[in-house]
Order: sequence, then C-alpha cells, then structure tokens
Amino acid sequence: MVTLGDYLLVSGLLFTIGFAGVLLRRNIIIIFMALELMLNAANLSLVAFSRFRLTSGTPNYNAQVFVFFIITVAAAEVAVGLAIIVALYRARRTTHVEDINSLKF
Amino acid sequence: MPTFLFWIFAALMLVFGTAVIINRNPVASALSLVVSFFGLAALFLSLDAYFLAVIQVLVYAGAIMVLFLFIIMLLDLRAEKLRKINFVAVSGGAAVALALFTQIYYVIGRLRGAQQTFPALNDKIDDVRGIGLLLFSQFSLPLQIIAVLVLVATIGVIVLSKRELR
Repeated sequence: MVTLGDYLLVSGLLFTIGFAGVLLRRNIIIIFMALELMLNAANLSLVAFSRFRLTSGTPNYNAQVFVFFIITVAAAEVAVGLAIIVALYRARRTTHVEDINSLKF
Repeated sequence: MPTFLFWIFAALMLVFGTAVIINRNPVASALSLVVSFFGLAALFLSLDAYFLAVIQVLVYAGAIMVLFLFIIMLLDLRAEKLRKINFVAVSGGAAVALALFTQIYYVIGRLRGAQQTFPALNDKIDDVRGIGLLLFSQFSLPLQIIAVLVLVATIGVIVLSKRELR
C-alpha cells in the first residue's frame, strides 16, 4: 500500500528538481517553469496531508481550499512574470540571465 | 487507486519534470511541463481530490501553459547555444539541491505517521460541496482578496505590455 511518506517523498523530489532548475539554468523562462514545479510540489504534499487527516470521514477541506488559493495566485503570478519577461526582452533582446547585469557590482 | 498506478504517475511526473530542466529547447520544456502537470493531476485523483485534479488540468495544463507557449513563440526563442559552463557554479548548485533533498528525506523519515497508509473514507464524498461551503463561509474574505489580486494582476499586465514605459 502507498503510505503518506511515499507521497511526501515524491513531493520532495519534485521540489528538488524545481530547485535545481532555478539554480542551474540560465534561461529566464526555464527558471520560471522550475518555479511552477516547486509550487506544484507544495500543492501535492498539502493534498496528501488533507487526505491523511480525516475529519468525520471526509478529507480536511481546509488544505484543499489552501491549494485552490495557491493555484489562483500562481496564475496571477505567471501572467505578471511573463509580462515582465516580455518587457525585459523588448529592452535587452535576451532571455539569458547572464546578459542582464546592469545592476551587478 | 492501485499501488502500481501511483508509481507510474509519480514516475511520469518526475521524469518529465526532469525533462523540463534538461531540455535546451524552451518549447520542449514547456510541453514536458504539461505532461508533468497531468501526472500531478492523476496523483490528486488518487488522493480523492477530484475538484483540484480538474482545476489542475484546466488552470495549469490549460491556461498557464498556453500562456508560456504563447510567450515563447512571441519572443521566437530558439534552442539556446551551449555556452561556456561555469563548473564552480554548476557543482555548487547541484550540491545545494542534493543537500536540500537529503534534508527533506531525513525529515520525512522522522515524521510520525509517515509509514502509515491512508485511512478509509466515508463511502460518499462530495469535495466540490465541501470546498465551496468553506470558500463562501470561513474563507470569504481571502476569496475577495484573491479576486482583487487577480484584477490587479490583469491591470498590471496591461500596463507592463504598453509600448512605452514611463
């Protein structure tokens, strides 16, 4: 049988993949996708805990409402972030983070 | 859900999640991310969160990924050329990620209840009703704040995408 720990381990692996993507990749759009992976990993562990802690035979819906809010905020964040990336591309003609170094000391 | 289906969908999600950060072509990365989100939606189904699984497919795999693909094609990004790799930065990043996973692994190992299987549900489960009741009673103020946030994001995107920023 699948245990709670299995779900948490899969969620931790997905979070680590996203974290490694943010650290290792230099393309700003790929970094943004890796951020989405991390948000989804957090969602998975929240839903697993919601299913694990039953309240009178049904899952704990507080956690699922929280996941709903996270998905909504992620949608807004993606829209604003991609608009910033487009504005940046118009100004600099690049999506490579090492080419964007005007503020670098 | 049978046990082997859990492992199939978890492996699907993790393999295509890895493909997202390995692919050099942004379009291939975005399509791998869609497959990864479908795997996650299947895992939500296995946890009896039907509403969230549907929302995951509609919002993430539908709206958000279309937005990503649209921007990638608007900017006309090609597969990036292989640049000189900074080995100190790459090995440092990999070491930090590995350390993070080791820590997560040990925390899960020490968690009480991590070895338990999920308890049985009532035979009838209506999660849309439960989530809807909570959203409009206990969480009605956060719901309205989220609505304002989405409005602010919409206006912000319009302002950001004007030709001239002053």
